[in-house]
Amino acid sequence: MPWTRDDMTARAARELKDGFYVNLGIGIPTLVANHIPPGVQVTLQSENGMLGMGPYPFEGEEDPDLVNAGKMTISELDSSSYFNSAESFAMIRGGHIDLSVLGAMQVAANGDLANWMVPGKMVKGMGGAMDLVAGVKRVIVVMEHCEKSGRSKLVRECSLPLTGKGVVDLLITDLGVFEINRGRGAVRLVELAPGVTLEEVRARTEAAFVTDLV
Amino acid sequence: MATKIQSDAASALAGLLFDGMTVMAGGFGLCGIPENLILAIRESGVKDLTVVSNNCGVDGFGLGLLLENGQIRKMISSYVGENELFERLYIEGRLEVEFTPQGTLAERIRAGGAGVPAFYTRTGVGTVVAEGKETREFDGETYLMERALKADLSIVKAWKGDAEGNLIYRKTARNFNPMMATAGRVCVAEVESLVPTGALDKDMIHTPGVYVHRILKGPAYEKRIERLTTRSRTEKASA
Repeated sequence: MPWTRDDMTARAARELKDGFYVNLGIGIPTLVANHIPPGVQVTLQSENGMLGMGPYPFEGEEDPDLVNAGKMTISELDSSSYFNSAESFAMIRGGHIDLSVLGAMQVAANGDLANWMVPGKMVKGMGGAMDLVAGVKRVIVVMEHCEKSGRSKLVRECSLPLTGKGVVDLLITDLGVFEINRGRGAVRLVELAPGVTLEEVRARTEAAFVTDLV
Repeated sequence: MATKIQSDAASALAGLLFDGMTVMAGGFGLCGIPENLILAIRESGVKDLTVVSNNCGVDGFGLGLLLENGQIRKMISSYVGENELFERLYIEGRLEVEFTPQGTLAERIRAGGAGVPAFYTRTGVGTVVAEGKETREFDGETYLMERALKADLSIVKAWKGDAEGNLIYRKTARNFNPMMATAGRVCVAEVESLVPTGALDKDMIHTPGVYVHRILKGPAYEKRIERLTTRSRTEKASA
C-alpha cells in the first residue's frame, strides 16, 4: 500500500528535531504539524509574520487578524511573536529557519524544484516558496510520486518553470523516500512505503536513482 | 502643524489620485487590508493603476473590487491564487502581472522606503524571476540584483493610531503595512481606533508618525475571513 498524504506528512515529521524552527508550506505540508513526534518541540514560522504558530482556534474564538500563510485562522501560543513581512523573510533568507516542508509539481535529479506555475494554465504565483528554498537550511518536499496521468514527478529535468535550482534535500512521495542532496551526487532511494516494490518505483520514476534496498 | 486627521476615506484621498498612478496596498490575503480606502478608490473611478500588494483580494472584496471595476492595469504581487476574475483577466492578457517572490517584494518595498535603490538576494536565481536582471557573485554564491519599489501613494491599515500618525498593528494583520507606509510618496493610514496623542506605548509603536501623512478612523470593518478553520472544544489540541 503506497503511503497516504497523512503517512507522507508523518514521515516528514520524523525529520523534525527538538528545537527546530520550521516553516510548513501551504497545502499538504501543513499536515506535518499533526505528527510532531513526542518529546520534540519545534517552533512553527508562518511567513506572513508569526513565530510560534498555534493550532486552529476553538469554534467562536477565530480572529480575522490572526491567520497563517494559507489564510486559515490559527491561534497564538505563550511563546508566539509577530513581525512584519520584511522581518519574516529576513529570518528565512538569512538562514535562521532550520527546515521547510514544501509541496511540488516536479523535482529533478539535480535538486531543482518546480511548484509555482503551469504555463498556459494557471499561475497562482510563487508566494514565499522561492525565498524559502533560497534561504532555509534544509528543504523537504512532500508530493505524490506521479501526476494523475501517471507521469512521474521525479524527473530528469524539470519542464515547468523553476522555483529554485538545486534546492531539494529530501523527497517524500507516496512510494518512498529519496535523498536528493541538492543534486550533489546521485538520487538515492532510502525507504520504500510498505508493500511498494523497487520494481514498481523504477517503473514509475523518470529520474535515475541508486539504492541499497532490495 | 496642519492636522493629519481626516474625517473619512474620500477626503483622506482628496487630491492624491490620478490615472496611471502606482498604489501600494497593505495586507496579506484579506488580513490587514485598508478596506475603507480601497472602497474610496473604487468610488473615485481612478484608473490604469499599478497596484503593489502581496495579493489581489478575492472576488468581490478587497482589491478584487478594483479589479472588477476595471481600475487596475498592472499588479506587482507574489500570489494571486484566490481570485477567479484575476485568473481570467490575466489569461486573456487584459491584466499585466509582475510576479515577485514574497520576501523579495517585502524587501523591495523596505528598500524603497529606506533610500536603498537596489539589493542582492539569492531568491530567484536560476528562475524566470532572474530574467533580465544583473547577477553578481559574493563569496562564491550567485546573487540577483533587485530594485527598490516606491509608489505615488501607499494605503495601510493599522489597529491603533494617533494624531501624529504613530501606528500599532495587531497580530498577523501587520504583514506588509509597515514597509508600505515608508515607501509611498504619500501614505494614508486607516485605523480601527484613533487614540489621543500620548495614549500609545511609545516603545510599542511599529510605524513612527513621520511616514504617515494622513490618518483616518475607518467607520466600520468587515474583516472578512478567507478560510475559517477551527477545532471543536472536545478535540485534542494539535498544531
